[in-house]
Amino acid sequence: MQALYAQLLVGLINGSFYALLSLGLAVIFGMLNIINFAHGALYMMGAFCSYFLLQYLGIGYWWALLIAPIVVGIFGMILERTMLQWLTGLDHLYGLLLTFGIALIVQGVFQNYFGSSGLPYAIPDYPQVGDWRGLQGGINLGFMFLPIYRGWVVIFSLIVCIATWYLIEKTRLGANLRAATENPTLVRAFGINVPRMITLTYGLGVGLAALAGVLSAPINQVRPLMGADLIIVVFAVVVIGGMGSIMGSIITGFALGVIEGLTKYFYPEASNTVVFVLMVLVLLIKPAGLTGRAA
Amino acid sequence: MSALTDDTLPATPRVLRDEIIVFAAMALLLASVPFTGIYPFFVMQALCFALLACAFNLLIGYGGLLSFGHAMFLGTAGYCTAHALKVWGTSPEIGILIGVVAAAALSVVTGFISIRRQGIYFSMITLALSQLLYFIYLQAPFTHGEDGIQGIPQGYLFGIFNLAKPTVLYYVVLAGFLGGFLLIYRTINSPFGEVLKSIRENEQRAISLGYKTDQYKLMAFILSGTLAGFAGSLKVFVAQNASLTDVHWTMSGEIVLMTLVGGLGTIFGPVVGAFIIIAMQQYLAGFGQWVTVIQGVIFVACVLTFRRGIIGEIAHFLRRSL
Repeated sequence: MQALYAQLLVGLINGSFYALLSLGLAVIFGMLNIINFAHGALYMMGAFCSYFLLQYLGIGYWWALLIAPIVVGIFGMILERTMLQWLTGLDHLYGLLLTFGIALIVQGVFQNYFGSSGLPYAIPDYPQVGDWRGLQGGINLGFMFLPIYRGWVVIFSLIVCIATWYLIEKTRLGANLRAATENPTLVRAFGINVPRMITLTYGLGVGLAALAGVLSAPINQVRPLMGADLIIVVFAVVVIGGMGSIMGSIITGFALGVIEGLTKYFYPEASNTVVFVLMVLVLLIKPAGLTGRAA
Repeated sequence: MSALTDDTLPATPRVLRDEIIVFAAMALLLASVPFTGIYPFFVMQALCFALLACAFNLLIGYGGLLSFGHAMFLGTAGYCTAHALKVWGTSPEIGILIGVVAAAALSVVTGFISIRRQGIYFSMITLALSQLLYFIYLQAPFTHGEDGIQGIPQGYLFGIFNLAKPTVLYYVVLAGFLGGFLLIYRTINSPFGEVLKSIRENEQRAISLGYKTDQYKLMAFILSGTLAGFAGSLKVFVAQNASLTDVHWTMSGEIVLMTLVGGLGTIFGPVVGAFIIIAMQQYLAGFGQWVTVIQGVIFVACVLTFRRGIIGEIAHFLRRSL
């Protein structure tokens, strides 16, 4: 049973990364009509950013959690201003091809300087209060041993996901955003700066990816290709869940992570492929995806 | 969807004449390669990729479907041909047949699944399916995982042609390429190809005219996948190995890049693109991962400034269809 719970936890962690990444993809797709193939590379940049902060500036995990998404988010906004915005009105496929090119460039540059092996990033050991040493160590829950950092990743991701959902579905800013998704011209007529909003949206989506990267750095090590395979799984998650609903992305992300974790316990050979197999099944039974409208 | 090819011309006799002249020039040029001292291995490899890119282009350029998983057909046919030749000891023609049939069967299944969604989703589904196959091949015993199948015997085609001789192999590969190319060319200009183009331009209208568009798209997918598999089988004789590289998503990306550089939806573009990209990889092999970076830069540059591709720009300049 211990092993089952451990795999379930791993599944939940992977699920939080799927949720954070597919959420960002959905937000970006809604505004820019672009599938951001560079999402995996930007996730990797988030992890590297926290590594650089610690290595060269001595800035630790907690600040990295704030700084890395902002830095990578600004990088994303520069990409949007200089390149992506010129694709408005063109076929969706060009957005995919352009961002694929960006992903190749970013990953290639990092591979040149850091090879393909992983760089270690320690779990933070502060603040220290009594017996607590930051996020290191674990708690014995009786039925299983819970490493604190892993529990933290799941809970924190969940909070960020729900905050993003709240921002988009419940605030005035989110209402403007959704309106601009439906009819940008009309929203501009109301005096809202839609191009600026698009740039900020891309920054937000990219920032979420970078945040996932920071969270994963102590678990998965920091590698130039850490996002390359992940993004393909996230694409499958997006196909299953559809990109029409924010909550749909979050739930599908976590659910698929858990299913993957269960597969690791019951039939480990299929753990790499289970998400893709599920995608095939969903397409056969419900071609439009679980939550989305047919696209 | 019409953004992909904004200036196609109707198939008039003049267009047809242009295309025949260019085709004859290309065939002559390629046939004379063994007499020029150019490294034949390089040209053979480029020819296999050219056929692959042409097959891919049939889907994107004429059906409006961007497959991001065409490496799965290349790799599947390659593995099956390699296994048949090495383990079962079949003759080359049977080996090729086995590879092509395997790719055709795979394209029936994957096509049936992926055409259920359009546009951007289609690309993501094909990518995910090819990643699924990648993991299967990584674990399956007959592919030998990371090592791949190596040292494949080339044998005698039809019992006559000794494929171990570079010149003989070259002409066999060239014949295969030209055959595949003509088949694609014929398809594009057939009534079937016309319906395919109409689906690319406006699927709803094609449906309203009574065409079962899903069947047309599936047919195009199967044809494209099968020909990509044929390219994969030919490549086994050139490279004498079959490895995971051929099934990886980076390979699918390279196929897209070749076609994009040459010109999406042009007849000769994928061939030119394949030669350029293969030559680039050959000459820049010493620069390690910078090749990836350069490929990325080409992607970005093509999409931002050069969407018609090389042949597409030339055709646009000459106001001809190539």
